[in-house]
Amino acid sequence: MFLRNMGIIPGKAPTGSDKGGPRSTTNLSRRSFVAGSGLFVVGVTLAGCSNYVEPDIDANAFDLPNPGDSPLTQVAGGDASPALWIAIDEDGAVKITCHRSEMGQQVWTSMAQIVADELEADWDRVEIVQAEGHERYGDQNTDGSRSVRYNFHRLRVAGAAMRKMLTDAAALYWGMDPSECSAAEGLVSNSQNSDTLSYGNLAELAARLPVPAEDDISLKKPGEWRFINKEIPSLTIPLITRGQGTFGIDVDRPDMVYAVVARPPQVFGRVGRVDDAAALAVPGVLQTVRLRDAKPPALFQPMGGIAVIARDTWAAIQGRNALDVQWIDGPNAGYDSISFAEAMKRTARRPGTVRRERGNVRAGIARAAQVVEAEYYAPHLSQSPMEPPSATAHWTDDKLECWACVQDPQTTRQTLADLLEIDKENITVNATWLGGAFGRKSKPDFVVEAALIAKEVGKPVKVTWTREDEVRHGFYHSASAQRLEAGLDADGKCTSYLHRTVFPPIASTFADGMATPTDGEMGLGATDVPFAMPNLRVESGDAKGHLRIGWLRSVANIYHAFAVQSFAAELAHAAGRDQKDYLLELIGGARTFDPGEEGATYPNYDASIEDYPIETGRLSNVVEKAAEMARWGRDLPSGHGLGIAVHRSFLSYIATVIEVSVSPEGMLAIPGIWLAVDAGTVVNPRHARAQMEGGTIYGLSNALYGEITARKGAVVQDNFPSWRVLRMGEAPRDFEVTIVQSNTRPAGIGEPATPPAAPALTNAIFNATGHRIRTLPIIGATGSRLKLPETQTA
Amino acid sequence: MAKTLKINGKTETVDAAPGTPLLWVLRDHLKMTGTKFGCGIAQCGACTVHIDGTPTRSCVLPHDSLEGSEITTIEGVEGDAANLIRQVWVENDVPQCGYCQSGQIMAATALLAENSDPTDADIDAAMSGNICRCATYMSIRRAIKTAASRA
Ligand code: FES
Ligand code: FES
Repeated sequence: MFLRNMGIIPGKAPTGSDKGGPRSTTNLSRRSFVAGSGLFVVGVTLAGCSNYVEPDIDANAFDLPNPGDSPLTQVAGGDASPALWIAIDEDGAVKITCHRSEMGQQVWTSMAQIVADELEADWDRVEIVQAEGHERYGDQNTDGSRSVRYNFHRLRVAGAAMRKMLTDAAALYWGMDPSECSAAEGLVSNSQNSDTLSYGNLAELAARLPVPAEDDISLKKPGEWRFINKEIPSLTIPLITRGQGTFGIDVDRPDMVYAVVARPPQVFGRVGRVDDAAALAVPGVLQTVRLRDAKPPALFQPMGGIAVIARDTWAAIQGRNALDVQWIDGPNAGYDSISFAEAMKRTARRPGTVRRERGNVRAGIARAAQVVEAEYYAPHLSQSPMEPPSATAHWTDDKLECWACVQDPQTTRQTLADLLEIDKENITVNATWLGGAFGRKSKPDFVVEAALIAKEVGKPVKVTWTREDEVRHGFYHSASAQRLEAGLDADGKCTSYLHRTVFPPIASTFADGMATPTDGEMGLGATDVPFAMPNLRVESGDAKGHLRIGWLRSVANIYHAFAVQSFAAELAHAAGRDQKDYLLELIGGARTFDPGEEGATYPNYDASIEDYPIETGRLSNVVEKAAEMARWGRDLPSGHGLGIAVHRSFLSYIATVIEVSVSPEGMLAIPGIWLAVDAGTVVNPRHARAQMEGGTIYGLSNALYGEITARKGAVVQDNFPSWRVLRMGEAPRDFEVTIVQSNTRPAGIGEPATPPAAPALTNAIFNATGHRIRTLPIIGATGSRLKLPETQTA
Repeated sequence: MAKTLKINGKTETVDAAPGTPLLWVLRDHLKMTGTKFGCGIAQCGACTVHIDGTPTRSCVLPHDSLEGSEITTIEGVEGDAANLIRQVWVENDVPQCGYCQSGQIMAATALLAENSDPTDADIDAAMSGNICRCATYMSIRRAIKTAASRA
């Protein structure tokens, strides 16, 4: 690997064939001798040029000045130096470093598409090297649906710079002007003759040339894209179908032992008396380790408890079952989520803190011909990726190496440094594949656990969370109570709109006692509401956190979109209007707006409002598209209903129409879903469609069944029967996705399909039955049908 | 006491505590990590293997009950149905994160081997024990139908 061997690739090369992390497994033929030619060649002779044999380039034959430093360390998005991202082997293998975590969104493939397109690589020779956690890569937090948005430009620049260096190298070799040389599919050709030089052959010479400045690089035009915006097949799936690839839970190290942890039932509960004799008597159990008690604020620290270490995971689980631990109540022992829900609803009925204001809502409502009020409640949720958290840690003297399914290996490394009080330089964090994440794996508490235990044990330790651990000891999606009020004029037009939202903020996990919803969370569907009425006010109310509150796929957008888009349909009903038409009227004409001009502090997903304005025309456009796809307004069989919702999140615009059928007994089915998305430039439409399906079903699963409750501070649910998720038989029969073709800046894909799912569903149920659902979940863990009030029929 | 198991046609000797489920024998003792852990209580299907051709949850299956049985895992499942399922899975990019997919492929392979023309109801019945949190359900259904049209 020339670039690495020359010391200009700072990334750590994969270490051997042990299961230390994911990597592609292509077997590469090394330099090959072509019989009869008398020459060592690289690559293949070109079809149609049967007499041409590619000469072997000797980079040492060129006396080149020191190439100097890369001028691309600070392009928009970060460091675009080719050496950081691309290594080309002498045999032509193109190794692209992926610094984001692969969790099913196909980020390996999308990052490679971006680099390889500008590089003009031969796609069949592309391999992925997963980056460890290190600042050199810039942001690695695979969260917030922003891998493409953050990296689209700089990875294109890196690929294009490398392409230029390869063509410059070919020009140097041929003694031509670079303008006479061009690159395509891993080969450089020239305009004078039919000779070609392959990337593998050119790599060493190219690596000795200066990196071009951004001004000297020309990016391809969208019409010239070969991989971007194309349905390139996934790089991971062929491995997955054979059970290959390494997830966090699959990591294996020599001499490794296995651990599970008994954690206090409540957050900040503590360990009291412990009797581990029975645990130690379980065959295969090696020892127990007492972890230090957790103290507020929660941050990413482990929750304490007793670890049981054994020679396999099963023995560790059996040992844990045999532990006799007396838990000491902590400050959250009084938390009861049911009564807390009532308290939040009461808060939502009182004036709150104004977070955005236009006109005078109170006066508007006082003058209204009709006032509509509604209250909504949505419970805590668990992310529950199929792969529960799992991490492996190994200490060698004072050096720590970890392998784990983490969304952010950099934060993981920093957290380890902080909590173990060791120098970051002594810590290596390897990100494995993630068996789903949905926000859970952006919290590295489980890696710290592994490091603490491994330190005591003196061997590599893998900590596995059982499903019960994952459901009971998570970082939960916040529960929320919301109240909306609106005034309609005599024509049914909405003139005044008040939205009050109450929920424990994620900040409560990071600062003890934080109870005020943050600007970030308010900007997820509350303060950025796109409605055009003259009087509008958004308020928040405080609520304290008693569980660890954390991110879950699309975060506060879930409950905000549920309330706002349900309420839009309630207003349509009050006005006697069609849901879709009324929704478009609420949005109003095509315009851009900045909630900041109406008093909001609006982060806009960390993007500038100039680069990514809120464009109501794009919202209306996806509403029209989804409605058209669903043939909105068509005659429906009795018991069927169509519902619509639209939401902008993660800078993307998505409208969803759902058709439900409800039997007289309340049995619910989903015959079809139609979704239109405008996410700007889409790198891989096929994988974007998969995220639209996945994000929608994730939202429907939560809305139909999802509910985490707590009693005496402890989570009640424990595994899939009580924490219910949607299964194959409940999935829609038909799911159509339209991606709006666009060359504007890329926006998010992984999360934004989730928010409109729940309100589209409840709006459809309303149209099918006349029954308005304002409290989630709709069916719950044990239910099998809708609870329809007897007076309401279709 | 050591037990002799026949896995993917090969004889393996394992020394795990009596009653240890096959899942952990595969994953921790034999380092065959293609078979996944999702719930441990026969609720999610991530751990599905074939025992004498029948899809079975390995997380609740004591390994010491399996002497003499043919155990097949994702790493070793072959034959027409398995090849076809793998092919349509790759063609359609069915998996997302992939974590549930060993179980999905084992279940779908067994379905297709039994029933070369499954209806929606057959697919629901055979596959509803396999949870996918990435929600690849629609892709799985499409892919099984594609496979059936070629079987
Ligand atoms: S792990 Fe066996 S069914 Fe879930
Ligand atoms: S593909 Fe991720 S859980 Fe099924």
